[in-house]
Amino acid sequence: MPHGGDRSVKFGVLQFPGSCDERDALLACAKVADAELLWHGDRDLKGADAIVVPGGFSYGDYLRAGAIARFSPVMESVIEFAHDGGLVLGICNGFQVLCEAGLLPGALLPNVERRFVCRQVDLEVVDAETAFTNRCAPGELLSIPAKHQTGRFYAPDLDPDLVVLRYATGHCFNGSQDEIAGVRNAAGNVFGLMPHPEHAVDPLTGSVDGLSIFSSMAHAGVAV
Amino acid sequence: MSRSEAVALGLTEGEYDGIVDRIGREPNQVELAMFSLMWSEHCAYKHSKKLLRTLPVEGPRLVLGPGENAGAVDVGDGWAVAFKVESHNHPSAVEPFQGAATGVGGILRDVFAIGARPIAVLDSLRFGEPTSERSRYLLDHAVAGIGHYGNSVGVANVGGEVYFEAPYEQNCLVNAMCVGLVERERLIRSAAAGVGNKLVLFGASTGRDGIGGASVLASAELGDADADKRPTVQIGDPFEEKKLLECSLELLDRGLLVALQDLGAAGLTSSSSEMASKGEVGLRIDVRQVPLREADMEPFEIMVSESQERMLCVCEPGRVDAVLEVCARWEVGGTVIGEITDTRRMEIFDGDERVGDIPVEALVDDCPLYDLEPAAPAAPLYDAPARTLEATAARDVLLGLLASPNVASRRPLFEQYDSVVGSRTVRRPEQADAAVLAMPNGGAIGISIDGNGRRVACDPYRGAVEAVLECAANLACAGAEPLGLTNCLNFGNPEKPHIAWQLTEAVRGLGDACRALDLPVVGGNVSLYNEGGEGPIYPTPVVGMVGELPDPLHAGRTGFAREGDAIAIAGPFAPALPGSELAKLRGEPLPDGLPETDVAAVRAAQAAIRDAVRGGRLSSAHDVAEGGLLTAVAESCLAGGLGAELELDVADEERVFGEGPGGFVVSAPEAALRELAERIPVTIIGTVRGESIRGPGLHASLDELRAAHGALAALFD
Repeated sequence: MPHGGDRSVKFGVLQFPGSCDERDALLACAKVADAELLWHGDRDLKGADAIVVPGGFSYGDYLRAGAIARFSPVMESVIEFAHDGGLVLGICNGFQVLCEAGLLPGALLPNVERRFVCRQVDLEVVDAETAFTNRCAPGELLSIPAKHQTGRFYAPDLDPDLVVLRYATGHCFNGSQDEIAGVRNAAGNVFGLMPHPEHAVDPLTGSVDGLSIFSSMAHAGVAV
Repeated sequence: MSRSEAVALGLTEGEYDGIVDRIGREPNQVELAMFSLMWSEHCAYKHSKKLLRTLPVEGPRLVLGPGENAGAVDVGDGWAVAFKVESHNHPSAVEPFQGAATGVGGILRDVFAIGARPIAVLDSLRFGEPTSERSRYLLDHAVAGIGHYGNSVGVANVGGEVYFEAPYEQNCLVNAMCVGLVERERLIRSAAAGVGNKLVLFGASTGRDGIGGASVLASAELGDADADKRPTVQIGDPFEEKKLLECSLELLDRGLLVALQDLGAAGLTSSSSEMASKGEVGLRIDVRQVPLREADMEPFEIMVSESQERMLCVCEPGRVDAVLEVCARWEVGGTVIGEITDTRRMEIFDGDERVGDIPVEALVDDCPLYDLEPAAPAAPLYDAPARTLEATAARDVLLGLLASPNVASRRPLFEQYDSVVGSRTVRRPEQADAAVLAMPNGGAIGISIDGNGRRVACDPYRGAVEAVLECAANLACAGAEPLGLTNCLNFGNPEKPHIAWQLTEAVRGLGDACRALDLPVVGGNVSLYNEGGEGPIYPTPVVGMVGELPDPLHAGRTGFAREGDAIAIAGPFAPALPGSELAKLRGEPLPDGLPETDVAAVRAAQAAIRDAVRGGRLSSAHDVAEGGLLTAVAESCLAGGLGAELELDVADEERVFGEGPGGFVVSAPEAALRELAERIPVTIIGTVRGESIRGPGLHASLDELRAAHGALAALFD
């Protein structure tokens, strides 16, 4: 198994109406651990050790990105799970949902150029001590696709210690504050990022650099 | 209803008389509305059907041919790939964002209507010159609409093409192609069957949007009052489509359906009557059961509304509850609106009152077909393009070509589309000449879409042959062998003899090229009446092609990959300047005819390139197209980030900037090129080296090339 995955750890990947990348996230998780989809209308997390809130346009992102999904039955359980210290990863729309739910600091605003952009970007690992980056080296660059229209991270009072990933110089197309690509909560068990590590887990489709996020979680899941 | 009302709906007086003849009385309002759409050019193909019958539709790998919502080919191990291209030209010319968005929505539904999960979208766009404010507006909004819809549904947009030419100024083209993946045994047809079975409408509710879209908008020339037609353009909701897609596939997974059909042009009328026609049954529909957005809609409006994101299915009565349960799970509305009868009539009820009663055959199959009256034009149909390039030095010509809107990098467009969702995209835009997607059986498919209308305007027959060869060449460079093609025939008004001639010649070219490559046409679409006040568009047959390659690890690349590799021009390349991109930039009139192509030799060259790519013997492969050989070399430099030292006589403009099928720029160790030369002509022209393109009389740095190639970015500021 690559990156020291562990079948005793189980990922739960949420599925909302309008999720787009949930199957991709499921495939990525399945490379390092067990994984199962969790339906938005069910409160049961089915014994998952770690939760992935995937990308897409949950509930069409009507009203505001992530604003409706945050109130779904499954999210009630995820919020409780996070408060109990469970590992939660939010990718793109999932990051937006976790911000809306108050599990992560800050908010995601429309990109400075107000267009959807899909581009392979380099991310610098700022903090390699987290449950989501323990398989990375400090300062390591990860090549991962980013694709979004509402990804400008904004958190004026952010504790700088919470920054986990930053866009490498010249790679931040969305105008995020301090070029921040991913942040964690103060407790360290919830992490969100706009780029898509689940789309960088296979050399065939361009990069395997995203796999370390999932293997880090699997590793941390065993440690817990 | 009277003849004059029929004419207002787009029918001719003769067609109205034919309707009266067939139903034995004058049609009422509901019936006339239904006939006016089903007998429109858009639905009945009345000016093109006879021609389309000349296209080859058989092939060893064919699974579904023309006549179903989408065609499909076998890709092995029980898997099939479904695909189709369709136009949404007139809606996009009137309202580009929604027109393009709903064009994507419509083609997605065509593909999941046969049970396939959409895995890729490609688009083919035509606008007037970007110097025109209107063209920039159309481009900006159409691209945003395509992105908005496709990104939201979560289907990768993996490729496409765009050309800018003055004849598209008033009538832009927006063609979208969708590719889907399905286990062969899960394919479902649209034929209604089983008397007493229920007809369930599911998806969005029905409103007044898109009324008359197929007839008064899609089947007539554009003109001054087009702003008034904006209400005929539908409004898309990709979130509803995403739910509808997942709901439809789950209904099929659970084996609950007898038949499935999407609602597209002419809405409930065409979807239901075509299901009845294919199943040789009748249908009884109660419009009062249809969930409405506006309570006071008339029965005829309900029958012809083109509200988006709706599907129609047939299920056994005992399974209705299970069907509605799946709909509820996906938060999709579902309602029984009728049932299958043995009458072979479309019986429309408004509650207890019968408001329409038409034989299915008259509505679907009896539309009169017209013979075209083709005549080659006596004088040139198109003005010479405006002269925009004065340069003659090779370096300046090359930079001018790279900056030409038809050659410049498409990055500012394709970066607005999600190209990676689905975890299948092995080659993204600009990485290879064709998109490459991994298949569940370990193989891969290559996909390409192309069609240079200016070449077809020069020579409708040979231009159409070139469009097919160009797609096949793109696939060859990726290592893929073609399995089938779909086409969208975008032409002017076929009632005019010179347009009829363009159409006839182009279809003859398509057919001959397909036969020469042993390729079936699996389906497609025809868009006629593409004319504005200043004349017809360039005749534009857009070809979409799907091929297979055994090993995605050996998918080809466009870009040079290794310093020291030899660069060669391979294949039976016989370039000519007339009709080329350079001739256009210099304002030269279109030539009357293109040189003849040795199709068999081109096919052999494509096979040799394909084999060399699959064998991992070539570092890069890129077919020579717009801008000619030197432009192709520069594109391979830019895609790979490596320079080239060339030994070429750049003063020979025909050789370095001329165009024609059959040429490939390849790079590899010399030994591999010598091996390739045993099968096809190969001439070594240089070496991959450095950070510029240089040779006798030529020097341009990669940065200079990149700056020129990035010209389109300015259109999106």
